[in-house]
Amino acid sequence: MADKVLMKGNEAIAEAAIIAGCRHYFGYPITPQTEVAAYMAKKMPKIGGCFLQAESEIAAINMVYGVSSTGKRVMTSSSSPGISLKGEGLSYLAGSDLPALVVNVQRGGPGLGGIQPSQSDYFQATRGGGHGDYHMIVLAPASVQEMAELTVKGFDLADKYRMTSMILADGTMGQMMEPVSLDFDIKPQPEKPWATTGTKMEREHNIVNSLSLVPEELEMLNMKRYDRYKIVEENETMYEEYMVDDADIVIAAFGIAARVSKNAVNEARKQGIKVGLIRPITLWPFPKAPFEKAAEHAKAFISVELSMGQMIEDVKLATNCKRPVTLCNRVGGMIPSPEQVLKAIIDVNNGGVK
Amino acid sequence: MSTKQFLFSGFGGQGILFAGKFLAYKGLIEDKQVSWLPSYGPEMRGGTASCSVIVSDEPVGSPIVSNPDMLIAMNLPSLDKYENAVVPGGVIFADSTLIERKVNRDDVTVYYIPATRLASENGTPTLANMIIIGKVLKVLGDFEENAVRAALGKVISAKHADMLEVNLKAMQLGADYE
Repeated sequence: MADKVLMKGNEAIAEAAIIAGCRHYFGYPITPQTEVAAYMAKKMPKIGGCFLQAESEIAAINMVYGVSSTGKRVMTSSSSPGISLKGEGLSYLAGSDLPALVVNVQRGGPGLGGIQPSQSDYFQATRGGGHGDYHMIVLAPASVQEMAELTVKGFDLADKYRMTSMILADGTMGQMMEPVSLDFDIKPQPEKPWATTGTKMEREHNIVNSLSLVPEELEMLNMKRYDRYKIVEENETMYEEYMVDDADIVIAAFGIAARVSKNAVNEARKQGIKVGLIRPITLWPFPKAPFEKAAEHAKAFISVELSMGQMIEDVKLATNCKRPVTLCNRVGGMIPSPEQVLKAIIDVNNGGVK
Repeated sequence: MSTKQFLFSGFGGQGILFAGKFLAYKGLIEDKQVSWLPSYGPEMRGGTASCSVIVSDEPVGSPIVSNPDMLIAMNLPSLDKYENAVVPGGVIFADSTLIERKVNRDDVTVYYIPATRLASENGTPTLANMIIIGKVLKVLGDFEENAVRAALGKVISAKHADMLEVNLKAMQLGADYE
């Protein structure tokens, strides 16, 4: 195994993208993800890649659309307000079945909000982000190592299913440094016979477009796209389970909230409370199966989030509301402490929360 | 040692983040699990800066240090803010050039090091951070020159390789200060 290095999460994303063969990055600076762009600005020119600071987020996502149309691996990154600006482009990418990697290092909102960590773009990410019926594959790293691994995975999935993969991180994951190994098994990139690479007068034109004015045809396109989403749901769900097997109480948390919750789980276990943690790694597709299974023995669930309660809806759906699900949260750039999560566990254990 | 949580705090420009990074790298080289998390507010030179560092034998859970085992306070606002957060039995390192008051608690061990003055007298006014880190390692019983050199080599870029000896000397000053 190669040596581990200390890297910021944002830098790990950038380096992993380069290792995965991405040679085109378009972005616009915004805290707390600016290191992604800074890293790309430094590295891309040295390896024959293209770093371009666009005039706006909207321009950047449309540059992504352009490069993706040619079949090349391409990415952009931003933070919450910037991702909203990219919303239109995300919808167009989906409507044109183009692969792309988009990184959202979330900060507190709504509006310009603040610059501290948040998870309040969960709805936006898991429900598509722009207009129309579509999904993105949403990956939620909980360590710097995963920031890197899921970036590589994100490119592979995007190419495989002709979808956008979104890395949904937060300010903590972007800014923190941890040891990371960049020793990846890089798969060859798939053929992209649909790409607009010039016909050389040898084949029909490839057309990349999201306009479809005949309702019957547009309906069929949507249906076919959702058939593909179903395959993604069946094959690509990822999650981590921690002490769930005998748990009376199960915490649902992703990203930084899962890190904090793990401390609380360990402490609660020391106090004799049977509690476990399910950490979704894919937020879409949401890992329903482990929640269904846990609902058979767990008495209650707690959703720990840096939002006013967004993933909690998916937890309720996954468990068919068989068990009570309570929310333990902080918002606006605040992060729940392990003590706060422990208190929520103890309260639920005492039956104190309805 | 199973898990040690450090909180570094001071003015922007004092090398708070650098000192934390050094400690994290030292842990990494020694096969520990480590995390380093900076505060990243709208900060600038002269503003406040802090960073959480965790060095552990086990995987690091939350990277946020709310109750440090060791607080490195390099100015008065830092001590005011974090003094009461230190765990009972913990250790506080205070730069006594910039912090004129004493620590109010009697359930923690305190080392007062006039790091800013020592750094200035040593002709390296920017290395008060490393003077304090020298003392931290000494107190941890962990000041071993080869390991320190190796970690410095990781945080000092090749371009500034000449700074390695200078940093080492500053750390030695801190370690030797009684």
